[in-house]
Amino acid sequence: MALVEREHINEEAGRLSEATAGDFIALLKPRVMSLVVFTAFVGMVLAPASPNPFLALISILAIAVGAGASGALNMWYDADIDAVMARTATRPVPAGRVAPGEALGFGLFLSAFSVGTLGLMANWLAASLLAFTIFFYAVIYTMWLKRSTPQNIVIGGAAGALPPVVGWAAVTGSVSLESLVLFLIIFLWTPPHFWALALFKSGDYERAGVPMMPNVAGAASTRRQIFVYSVLVAISGVLPTLMGFASLPYGLAAAVLGIAFVWYSWRVLAAKGQDVKSRPEKALFGYSVLYLFAIFAALLCDGLIAHFGA
Amino acid sequence: MPDEDRVKPTEAQLKARRSRSIAIGLALVAFVIIVYLGTLYKLGPAVFDRAM
Repeated sequence: MALVEREHINEEAGRLSEATAGDFIALLKPRVMSLVVFTAFVGMVLAPASPNPFLALISILAIAVGAGASGALNMWYDADIDAVMARTATRPVPAGRVAPGEALGFGLFLSAFSVGTLGLMANWLAASLLAFTIFFYAVIYTMWLKRSTPQNIVIGGAAGALPPVVGWAAVTGSVSLESLVLFLIIFLWTPPHFWALALFKSGDYERAGVPMMPNVAGAASTRRQIFVYSVLVAISGVLPTLMGFASLPYGLAAAVLGIAFVWYSWRVLAAKGQDVKSRPEKALFGYSVLYLFAIFAALLCDGLIAHFGA
Repeated sequence: MPDEDRVKPTEAQLKARRSRSIAIGLALVAFVIIVYLGTLYKLGPAVFDRAM
């Protein structure tokens, strides 16, 4: 007799896993993680303190793992939605390579691990902010807002905007107005970025039942809102110079980048969806990624020059 | 337990298990190094101050 009766082995539960290490890395959303690492690092560099480089590196690693953990929890909860969207159907959980329970356990373990490590190696304020970020993304955004309101990515954007604040707190042990400006830039950038995507992927979101702005308020209203947020993003981009913690060259670069952002969103507004290939929306989406990277790269250069002198 | 009652992993399952094992091993080694060096950096020379 077998130790476990064959007829009692559930097909799914009894199956040996074929998940590779790469599947678990995919659960961490490496592309999102890279943006988190970059913005958190900029927050650390701009902070008025000189941390031990090794402890700063560990802090960055902990923040990255924390961001990855929230990604794993998101993929665990959203597997049903991901399965019906072309962009996400091949993710490890909907594709069946990783069991939902494995993704949940992985996410919870890494959450606790990353928060604990950041608390021990940096400070507990930064660790608390990281824990709040994970909770906000996994519970407030993923489990609640995403499926219930078209303001999902507006409010949920706070989770993606917090990493520079966590980085700043890891170095200084405090949260300052400067770090909140970095938060504001990413927070205001999130709606035009995701709504540009939602405009040319609205079919996907509709099938999945996710109430994105174009599906609820309509494409025309979404285009107007994108434009308003783009103007706000452009203004927030120059705030570091206006508030005196970035240089004038940075301010000029941010102004040019911001004007280009407004121009791309104006094209989306003016096209009124008449381009069947959604080229203005795709162009804005692509530019928004470049914008955020360029703004934070400029802030990084500015901070490094200020630190080491030029 | 007779052989026929054992679950025989397929080639793909064995390969995946090996990949996971290597990743877990590397992560553990990295974690040990991080905690060791982090402790040294955090405590500095005080790491040798032990009450007798």
